[in-house]
Amino acid sequence: MTLNEIERSFREVAPRVEFWSLRVVEERNESLSVRRNVVQPATTSEDVGVMITVMDGGGMGYTATCDLTPAGLRRAAERATCWAHHTAGCGAVDVAMLPRPSATGESASRVRTPWSSVSLREKIDLLRRECERLKVDDRIVDWDASLWHTAVDMLHATAAGGRVRQQFQYLVPMLSATANEGGETQTRTFGGHAHCRQGGLEILGDVGFFDAAPRIGAQALQLLAAPDCPSETMDLLLAADQMIQQVHESIGHPLELDRILGDERNYAGTSFVTLDMFGRYPYGSELLNVVFDPTRPEEFASYAFDDEGQPAAREYVIRRGVLLRPLGGAVSQIRAGLSGVANARAISWNRPPIDRMANLNLEPGDASFADMVAAVERGVYMETNSSWSIDDSRNKFQFGCEWGQLIEDGRLTTVVKKPNYRGISAAFWRSLRMVGDPSTVQVLGTPYCGKGEPNQLSRVGHAAPAGLFTNVDVFGGAGPR
Amino acid sequence: MMQSYFHDLVDLIGAALRGAEVYTCAFSAEASDFIRFNHNRVRQAGTVTQRWLTLDLIAGRRHATGSLVLSGDLELDRARIGRSMRDLREKRAELPEDPFLLYATDVRSSERCGENHLPDSPAVVADLRTAGHGRDLVGLYTAGGIFAGFANSFGQRNWHASYSYHFGWSFHLEGGRAVKCAHAGVEWQPDRFVRTVSQATEQLAALSRPPRSVLPGRYRVYLAPAAVFDLVDLLSWGGFGLRAHRTKATPLLKMTENGVSLDPRVNILENTRDGIAPDFQEAGFIRPDRVDLITCGAYQDCLVSPRSAMEFGVPTNGASAAETPQSVEVVAGEVPAGDVLRRLGTGIYVSNLWYLNYSDRTACRITGMTRFATFWVKHGVIQAPLDAMRFDDTIYRMLGDNLLGLTSERDLILDPDTYLHRSTRSARLPGILAEDVTFTL
Repeated sequence: MTLNEIERSFREVAPRVEFWSLRVVEERNESLSVRRNVVQPATTSEDVGVMITVMDGGGMGYTATCDLTPAGLRRAAERATCWAHHTAGCGAVDVAMLPRPSATGESASRVRTPWSSVSLREKIDLLRRECERLKVDDRIVDWDASLWHTAVDMLHATAAGGRVRQQFQYLVPMLSATANEGGETQTRTFGGHAHCRQGGLEILGDVGFFDAAPRIGAQALQLLAAPDCPSETMDLLLAADQMIQQVHESIGHPLELDRILGDERNYAGTSFVTLDMFGRYPYGSELLNVVFDPTRPEEFASYAFDDEGQPAAREYVIRRGVLLRPLGGAVSQIRAGLSGVANARAISWNRPPIDRMANLNLEPGDASFADMVAAVERGVYMETNSSWSIDDSRNKFQFGCEWGQLIEDGRLTTVVKKPNYRGISAAFWRSLRMVGDPSTVQVLGTPYCGKGEPNQLSRVGHAAPAGLFTNVDVFGGAGPR
Repeated sequence: MMQSYFHDLVDLIGAALRGAEVYTCAFSAEASDFIRFNHNRVRQAGTVTQRWLTLDLIAGRRHATGSLVLSGDLELDRARIGRSMRDLREKRAELPEDPFLLYATDVRSSERCGENHLPDSPAVVADLRTAGHGRDLVGLYTAGGIFAGFANSFGQRNWHASYSYHFGWSFHLEGGRAVKCAHAGVEWQPDRFVRTVSQATEQLAALSRPPRSVLPGRYRVYLAPAAVFDLVDLLSWGGFGLRAHRTKATPLLKMTENGVSLDPRVNILENTRDGIAPDFQEAGFIRPDRVDLITCGAYQDCLVSPRSAMEFGVPTNGASAAETPQSVEVVAGEVPAGDVLRRLGTGIYVSNLWYLNYSDRTACRITGMTRFATFWVKHGVIQAPLDAMRFDDTIYRMLGDNLLGLTSERDLILDPDTYLHRSTRSARLPGILAEDVTFTL
């Protein structure tokens, strides 16, 4: 059954209500993995279903179903209408004020080497080779190489004439090596599994997958022999693959408008940001420029329209350190009386759209990596997130990284293990002293951003350069700190 | 009805096998209503119906696994399953033999059919809003049927159906202070719900006092069962699975490698018999009633999936592939719940924790935040709410040298997780008293 056939079938049973929308999502996943040089079970999944949303009589409701028969679609529409009528007069949102999207359009991921153009056997052979290259020593006790491909086809149609078709191809390549000696274990990964992109198998070359395995194995061994990161207040140089975590947790989430409006207070949390801060709040140093950018083709969460059918565009969220605009979709914008972005997104047909950060990127500056190292008298360089924790208003954070290296008198010196740092979001971004140039930028992301009730794990993208911060509370492992 | 549909699907699969092929298949489904509240008004409300089948098609030691969503219409699903089986056969031909393939061959069928006594969810909206009248209520009401099944070509059939509701909510005051509550069951009990609301209201009164903050340092602490849930949940991330132990990735590495132990009063087990999760897993193995994970403070046993069993040469105990507990228990201690404040004396009362992670995995050092109702207690009396604070300490200190006691009463906590589908995990946990817990920010 094609998406067009499902749409036709629904239109024949569409409810006579003030407004309806239909969102059809078809998703196919294939995961391949070789662990400890043994091919793991290859898994596939095929998913297709619809969400029907109804606004009627002052209320709003949804029903999601995988029953795509005409009778199933009719029942779903009736149930959504029932919800709309039962919630009329007690909704948190004034339904009469909500937009009835009417945009039309199509988009698709740019793919140079389709996933299907390489046979399963060849992909397995590739992973076998890379897996073997991770095992550089007997102390490597666990190691694996994986590929996760996803193809999504979605159609959004509305009673107001809106019709959007979008097709996505995602690839997540992963490498990991764990080294052990006695009571110490260290794991090094390929960028914290953050090399998530849209596109085809060309991504593997673009992100350096073929060069990574021996380095990852060797670095896991280096960490085994390394001393703990020292505990002191010092300068902190973050690589792009940790900067994305910092941006994600302490800029992305606190700027999500539904959090600011209180929707997430029972689960994901609220925000230290309030509605009156937009347009004036000094979020960071003047070097801090952050954009919501759904237009970068290779980035993980790029799209032309959000899941409520709103056209998406690039917008500055923070410019020269000043907070400008929240990450809120059309519904949240009306509730807050603020301009936002097109970021109402749902993980699939079975969850309703909520505000998600999508692609949130830190713009590069003009400092080379060498410039930033040279500017540090006493500090530490950290790569690749391994631990993350932040309070429910997104202020008090603590992060740990896989790899640390001391910076002494302008030079990278001793490798240190278990590097951690902590701080407070609002103060931390004001300590941003240098921002890396485009040569330090990586385009990364994650498929596992959790939020929402009911819960949703969403894809988000982040492009970021390296960045240097001053006077940060840094510490290592072992006993309590 | 769902069960007979599942059996019809299984018959389709069985009839489509070729030669010496065998199959295992796991079925999961839910028909769930979700009502989301903010400011005691409905933010989003709806129904989600989904059905999944995961089929492992096996020939000798070669196999391929596929999951597909099902419509519930047998004719539509017949075509989907047929296409899936063709795809799996093609894929299987390109895959090598799997040395770690293991599936149940002893037929152990079972059936647990719950009955649906739930009220129609839209009709519950008014009751829930009445509880929040005059208050800032935020939360999620979830209700409906959860279904799980297993079948294989040897004739084993397992079925588990339950109908339940879960209302997880919080009451909020100005300034970000809030109390978190949960009310769950299989039959709507308005009296019990009113009592829970009343208890939450009492805590709100204490939260309305002027807040205070304390400096980073070491404090005596009481962790209520809901906070212990988060602690045990993090430990379950690699702490109790055989694969993590054998590959030295476990956060309990010091227990297994260096003989470090927790306080002898700490006993942790997987208690399948008293949990609400199905007692079968995706390869058809039946879980034992209990697996002792930590006994008298010492590492005892692991959860072993069939795959780990083959890889490391030990018997499986019916764990799922992730090797995480589904029905975890911490054995009760000797501190009566009514004596907690007196025993705490002067320190911090923590109702909930938030966003835990390992700050040093091999040392099992954990960081996280306090959240919701957290109080400063002096001489056994609640003084004031505390702002959110970060702790960072090892499990060997908190549940070892610095453990003061565990409560004699325990809470049954149903996991409110709704990622992908509604969870059937649960935990039965006491509160924990500890001293010298390190707070850092």
